[in-house]
Amino acid sequence: MITLNAVEKTYKKGNALVHALKEITLDIEQGEIFGIMGRPGAGKSALIRCINLLEQPSRGSVIVDSCDLTILSTEGLRRARRNIGMIFQQPNLMSSRTVFENIALPLELAGTPRDHLEKTVRQMLNLSNLADKSEAYPHELTLLQKQKVAIARALANKPKVLLCEEVTAALEPKAKQALLQLLRDINEQLKLTIVLITHEIEVVKAICNRVAVLHQGEIVEEATTVEFFSAPKSEIAKDFIRTATRQDMPIALRNRLRSQPFEHSNPILRIAFVHSSNHEPSIADIIQRFNLTINIIQAHLETILDTTVGIVIVETIGDNEDIKSAIYALEEKDLQVEVLGYAPRFI
Amino acid sequence: MLHDLFNALEETLFMVFSAGLLTWVIGLPLGALLSVTGPGKFLENSFIHTPLHFIIRTTRSIPYIVFMISIIPFTRLVAGSIEGSVAAVIPLTLASIPYFAQLSEKAISKAPVGLIEAALAIGASPLQIIYKVLIPEALPNIIAALTNTLIHLIGYSTIAGALGGGGLGNLIIDKGYQTFHTNYVIATVIVLVVLVQAIQICGDYIANGSVHKNSNV
Repeated sequence: MITLNAVEKTYKKGNALVHALKEITLDIEQGEIFGIMGRPGAGKSALIRCINLLEQPSRGSVIVDSCDLTILSTEGLRRARRNIGMIFQQPNLMSSRTVFENIALPLELAGTPRDHLEKTVRQMLNLSNLADKSEAYPHELTLLQKQKVAIARALANKPKVLLCEEVTAALEPKAKQALLQLLRDINEQLKLTIVLITHEIEVVKAICNRVAVLHQGEIVEEATTVEFFSAPKSEIAKDFIRTATRQDMPIALRNRLRSQPFEHSNPILRIAFVHSSNHEPSIADIIQRFNLTINIIQAHLETILDTTVGIVIVETIGDNEDIKSAIYALEEKDLQVEVLGYAPRFI
Repeated sequence: MLHDLFNALEETLFMVFSAGLLTWVIGLPLGALLSVTGPGKFLENSFIHTPLHFIIRTTRSIPYIVFMISIIPFTRLVAGSIEGSVAAVIPLTLASIPYFAQLSEKAISKAPVGLIEAALAIGASPLQIIYKVLIPEALPNIIAALTNTLIHLIGYSTIAGALGGGGLGNLIIDKGYQTFHTNYVIATVIVLVVLVQAIQICGDYIANGSVHKNSNV
């Protein structure tokens, strides 16, 4: 549905040339919810704005619904944008218009006949559960309700794609969940392709099918969300998962951790398993088979969309060769094992 | 006296509201253009913004009486004469356009950047952004700007009146300055004060009305 082909974005800052985006190539499929994660300043905002050309890419092509946006005329681009809804961190509603009139704006701009316009706005109000707020003005609404109006407005022209910039960043946790649920619902009901950028791993966990990690203008990792959680590859992704899912080791242990084994040290393992591979008691099994002692330092279950991912951090005590074989045996069973380091006996 | 006063008031109202209407029609698009072509704005264009801004600032810095006299050739060219209320409308309009355009520019520039981005994202053209989004959002402030402009115009119109444009300015010169009729002076002062207050109150009422719409329903 969306293809970014070697998209680059550079701009001048004083005399220096800043590379905001470097050779971004992405394929986003019809109907999926695709998350782009990154720290503040990673280039997320520039990237999502390149998809509807609010930011003109310096190089590369942007293809949405089989149409190359970078070669369109101004008028053609305006038409194409009606096919790409966008919502922002701020709802950006017009304070002088009611909820109804705000949702009607894109239809008015497109010259939609009045009866069709009213019908569509009513549909959008129902879709976002705002039917009773139709005559209210934005300042009477909560932030969540305003964001729902923004979604309804973005969808009024029946776009095939919805771009979401950090939409949940300013919301309190409960409102955040409600908004994410709404996005998930419209994704299912309308078969809408959703691209969102976020720095919050909860957002990815709650609704994304796939995720790409953006770091300093580059995509350093692209994976399904389940893979992303169970087997993050890049340092930055690992970091996200450690900090955001409270997978950090106790500080006392982390401080004593070395990257190489030393005398009387035990390896600290991070073992991740996806629900489907967890029918048999794998960890219990290796303890018996290789005569190991295992201390569970931390254990955590994550529900990602409808899949459960378990992440356990353990200290493994036993013969070195046995531990190696145990790791091999776990990997055989499709568990993800990573040696985090070596620590003197912890407990 | 009442007859003189009534005639003068009629002429003043004619000058003020004709010039006010023309100022609205010309000044508002100019203010909008000034705002959207400004540095960092979505239609940033220094070839339009810089000269326009320069002209407006220059005009604004000339006192009205000097301005009016210096454009006499132009007034004569357009109106065929420099006498009378109709001719006075020309310098009045030209002097109040920059004032109103500058105030509307400020009002329109208050719109958050995000709103313009949101409008661009739903496929709005620049013209649509201006008249469908920016002007409606800034309307209470634009109406307040128009109120100020009209009050300014009353001041200008008395100068115009003194220099042959008729109206209350002419009356005060004629009856107050040349032949010191205290009753004319007092009456003119009262009429002007009432007029300015009436415009201010109406302006506030309309401006608040358009804001009130937001806090109502």
